Amino acid sequence: MLKDITIGQHFPGNSVVHKMDPRLKIIITICYIVVLFMAANPLGVALSILLLLGLYLVAKIPLKMIGRSLKPILPIVLFTCILNLFFVVGEGEPLFDWWIFTIYPKGVQYAVLMGVRVLALIAGTSLLTYTTSPITLTDAIERLLSPFAKLHLPVHELAMMMSIALRFIPTLIEETDKIMNAQKARGAMLDNGNLKERVMALVPVLIPLFISAFRRADELAMAMECRCYHGGEGRTRLKVLRFTRQDFISGAVSFLALGIIFSTRFFVPGLQ
Amino acid sequence: MSAMIQVEHLTYVYNPGMPDATTALDDVSFEIEEGQFVGIIGSTGSGKSTLITHFNGLHRPTSGRILIDGVDLWEKPEKIRDFRFKVGLVFQYPEYQLFEETCYKDIAYGPKNMGLDAQEIDRRVRQAAGFVGLSPQLLERNPFELSGGQKRRVAIAGVLAMEPKVLVLDEPAAGLDPEGRDTILGAVKAYHKATGITVVLVSHSMEDIARYADKVLVMDQRKLAIYDDVDKVFAQAPRLLELGLSVPQVTKIFLRLKELGLDIDTDVYTMPYAVKTLQKALEKRKGEAEC
Repeated sequence: MLKDITIGQHFPGNSVVHKMDPRLKIIITICYIVVLFMAANPLGVALSILLLLGLYLVAKIPLKMIGRSLKPILPIVLFTCILNLFFVVGEGEPLFDWWIFTIYPKGVQYAVLMGVRVLALIAGTSLLTYTTSPITLTDAIERLLSPFAKLHLPVHELAMMMSIALRFIPTLIEETDKIMNAQKARGAMLDNGNLKERVMALVPVLIPLFISAFRRADELAMAMECRCYHGGEGRTRLKVLRFTRQDFISGAVSFLALGIIFSTRFFVPGLQ
Repeated sequence: MSAMIQVEHLTYVYNPGMPDATTALDDVSFEIEEGQFVGIIGSTGSGKSTLITHFNGLHRPTSGRILIDGVDLWEKPEKIRDFRFKVGLVFQYPEYQLFEETCYKDIAYGPKNMGLDAQEIDRRVRQAAGFVGLSPQLLERNPFELSGGQKRRVAIAGVLAMEPKVLVLDEPAAGLDPEGRDTILGAVKAYHKATGITVVLVSHSMEDIARYADKVLVMDQRKLAIYDDVDKVFAQAPRLLELGLSVPQVTKIFLRLKELGLDIDTDVYTMPYAVKTLQKALEKRKGEAEC
């Protein structure tokens, strides 16, 4: 059950996508999301999905992994689709009209478009985390946000907190699994029972989990102090991020592709 | 004697069908008889922990069967909870699962889940606490105020209070000082003697297994390597060393003595027997010298 969580899961590799500068990857991902929602026509959406599939192939991430990352958000996507289906009011004859439910052709188009977009959005951001290790990712975020440090935003501290949080996701999942098993061994009913029973059954899991999280935090703080951690000031890095020629080339190619997809909104009639 | 635990061709695969599928157990078959004290050893990652979580149905076999007291665990999946009470499982570092405000309440958690009445719960809690050597005053204390060894004894009492027919312990003495280790393992042995239930003890320590177990099950590379009486297993010292395991220190001494040319038996794994064997060997030598 808990093993299905793929947030922050990283698949090490040696592809062009893996090697790309993480800052560039973050910017491209953001642009991809913008383009996905600006290219409001079937051709644009189709092209962006094609681009994404191509990138997955280049990164050598098994396509099965897309399915795994989409599974948890399917209910949200379905909910969005249904809302669009019933609440978009179009012109002309409704396709379906019964009691308070009315479906227009435009509603169907919107529902499909929205669903596909959200799925592509998740698959796109998953590609970023699949190909970038959490540490590199926070490193890049810290660098991208560094201009805000002048405005007294604690950029280094935020990045440190984020990387510690990411680092502890798998540990805490494992810990939760262990505690759940231990309580199940004493007859806890975690898989069945009504809502109230289930919530009550979580108490014996959550209390040990919190205690162990606090203990770990304490130990980590002590270990960091022992190694003289004193915040970001004057701290140097083992790996300094540098743009290489390869980054310029892959960046240019990516932005060209995104530009083409974006331009479809001027040639192909959109839905808005 | 009848078989308490029967494992038939048990195979378990984590994440089957996924790119990261890994086999944790590969075609394991054995039987544990009622009332036996069985030790399980094996190097890290050999499948020991996965194996024992199959005994009470926390993992479902990918293929193969497990029978407890002659009943297939997964015949009626909705009844799996009954087996959780029948096979008491104490995990590694069980003190991390404590959650109640008092030790009493924590030990009572299992019996309460069994749906027993207050009087029976009280009897079981006090009896289990007595077995692991917790004083009645400690029962009203908050478990988080206790020492590591005491916490662990509370956690073990929590499983004993369910009065299982099989008690499975995963490294119950890990991380304890020698005194704490003797207290806990001594309590388990005393409990075994007093109740006659089946006990399965997973341990890295050859000394502990040699001292407490009747039979030893050796796991290697997700497979069952050796399963036999304690003396027969430790007699195969070279094989154990080959599997990356060690033998009890006293056995090592005897192996070395034999290597140095002393005519001596090497199937020695406990102190009293070692003294006897050594005396016998010395007498024999004296006799030869007198001739």
